[in-house]
Amino acid sequence: MTHIDVTVDGITRHGDVEPRRLLVHWLREDLGLVGTTVGCDTSNCGACTVLVDGRSVKSCNMLAVQADGHEITTIQGLADGDEWHPVQKAFKECHGLQCGYCTPGMVMASVDLLSENPDPTEEEIRNGLEGNLCRCTGYHNIVKAVATAAAEMKGASA
Amino acid sequence: MIPSTFDYVKAGSVDEAVAALAEAGDDAKVLGGGQSLLPVLRLRLNAPTVIVDVSGVDEMRTVADEGGSLLIGAAVTTYEVMHHDAIKASVPLLAQAAGLVADPAIRHRGTFGGSCAHADPAGDLPTVARALDAEFVIAGPGGRRTVGASGFFVDYFTTAVQPDEVLVAVRVPKLDGWGAHYEKFHRTAQAWAIVGVAAAVKVEGGTITGARVALTNMGPSPVRASSVESALVGGPATQEAISAAAQSAADGTSPTSDTHAQADFREHLARVLTARAVAKAAGI
Ligand SMILES: Cc1cc2nc3c(=O)[nH]c(=O)nc-3n(C[C@H](O)[C@H](O)[C@H](O)COP(=O)(O)OP(=O)(O)OC[C@H]3O[C@@H](n4cnc5c(N)ncnc54)[C@H](O)[C@@H]3O)c2cc1C
Ligand code: FES
Ligand code: FES
Repeated sequence: MTHIDVTVDGITRHGDVEPRRLLVHWLREDLGLVGTTVGCDTSNCGACTVLVDGRSVKSCNMLAVQADGHEITTIQGLADGDEWHPVQKAFKECHGLQCGYCTPGMVMASVDLLSENPDPTEEEIRNGLEGNLCRCTGYHNIVKAVATAAAEMKGASA
Repeated sequence: MIPSTFDYVKAGSVDEAVAALAEAGDDAKVLGGGQSLLPVLRLRLNAPTVIVDVSGVDEMRTVADEGGSLLIGAAVTTYEVMHHDAIKASVPLLAQAAGLVADPAIRHRGTFGGSCAHADPAGDLPTVARALDAEFVIAGPGGRRTVGASGFFVDYFTTAVQPDEVLVAVRVPKLDGWGAHYEKFHRTAQAWAIVGVAAAVKVEGGTITGARVALTNMGPSPVRASSVESALVGGPATQEAISAAAQSAADGTSPTSDTHAQADFREHLARVLTARAVAKAAGI
C-alpha cells in the first residue's frame, strides 16, 4: 500500500492504495464519487474525464498513486453550492444528453476546452471533444451546449 | 480490467530510475505518461512487477536550447510540445504534429519520450523525429549513449532502449529557414494515422535545396522516403514537380493490411499525402 494525499473537489483526501489502483476506481469505490463513469477498457471513450490541476485527464488512464499531491476536480465538484456550472446548465438547456452516461466526461472536457479557448468555433468544439464518445445524441446538441455555455460565461465575465 | 500487482517507484532523478530498473531485473517497466502503458496493463497484455515512474524527473521535464538544436526531455508532455515557445519557433513541425496526436486529455499526460519509446508504427511523433534526424539520449547502468533516429527505431514497438535503460531526452535539430508540414490521414476523430507524412523543405529562389520526408505506418517503424527527397532536391518548388517526386513515396516501404486499410491503399495514400505535405511545407 502507498499513502496518497489528494485534493478532490476542494477537500483533502488521504488514502492508502495499491499502486495498481486506477484513479477512477479510487474516486468511485474508495471515495464514493460515482459521478465519474467508466465506459471502456481502452481509454477511448472519455466518460471518466476529470481535471487534474485544471487540465482534462482520463482517470481510467492514470494511477491513483500518480495523483498524490495533485488537485482533482470531478463532475461532482463543478457546481458552486446549489448553483450549477454554466456548462452543466447549458447541457440541460440544449438537451446535450440522452442516457447521460457520457455526460460527466463531456462536461469536464468542455470545461477544459473553454478554459483554454473561451470563444471556440464549432470546429474547435468538435476537435476539442474528440476524446469523448457519445452513443446517443449525435453530438449536435452537445456542440450547441458548449457554444451556449461559452456565450453565457463570456457575458458573465464582461 | 484491473492491472496485475506491481511495486511503484517514483524516480527523483535519472540515476534513481536506472538504479531501480537494475534492482528490479527483467520485469520492470518505465512509466512516462502512461497513456499507452496503462491500457496495456489493463488489458493484461503485459504484467511487469515493478513500475518506475519518470514523469517527475526534473531533468527529463526541461527543454534546453543548444544553439543548433533543442534538447527536449523525454517526459515533456505532448501538450507541452504543442505549446512550448522554443519548439513552436524552431521546430514547428514537431509542435504541429503533436497537436494531431490522440485527443486533448491524452496529450495532457502522454510524453514525447514515451511516444518514441513505445514506437507504435502508427505513432506520429516518431516519424517527425525520423524526418529531422533527431538523436536519442539513453541512460543505463554503463552510463549514457546517444543513438540516431535511423538506429533508434528497430521494429514494431521495439527501439534501441534496453529493458535496463531510460530514454532521457531527444535532441531535435532546428529547422531555421525550412518550411514543414505533417499530414495525417485518419477516418474518425481521435484516431491513429492510417498513413502520415512528415515533410520539411528548404526553398531558395524557387528551387528546393533541401528535403526531408518520413512516413508513418508504412512499415514496422518510420520510413524515410529517400527517393522522394532526392527527386525533390534541385527541382523547382512547383506543384507539378512535387507531385512527380511524390510518385516514388511508397518505394521500398512495407505497409500492412488491416481493418483500416489494405497495403495497396496505404501505398496510394503515401503518394497522395506526400505530395500534399511537401506542397504545404513549400508554402504552395
Ligand atoms: C485513445 C488513444 C489514442 C491515441 N492516439 C494516438 C495518435 O493518434 N498518435 C500517436 O502518436 N499516439 C497516440 N496515442 C498514444 C499516446 O500518444 C501515448 O501518449 C504515447 O504512445 C506513449 O507516451 P506515454 O508517455 O504515455 O508513455 P507510457 O504509456 O508511459 O509508456 C509507453 C511505453 O514506453 C516506455 N517508456 C515511456 N517513457 C520512457 C522513457 N523515458 N524511457 C524508456 N521507456 C519509456 C514504457 O515503458 C512503455 O513501454 C493514443 C493513445 C490512446 C490511449
Ligand atoms: S473509461 Fe473510457 S476513456 Fe476512461
Ligand atoms: S448521452 Fe448517452 S452516451 Fe452520450
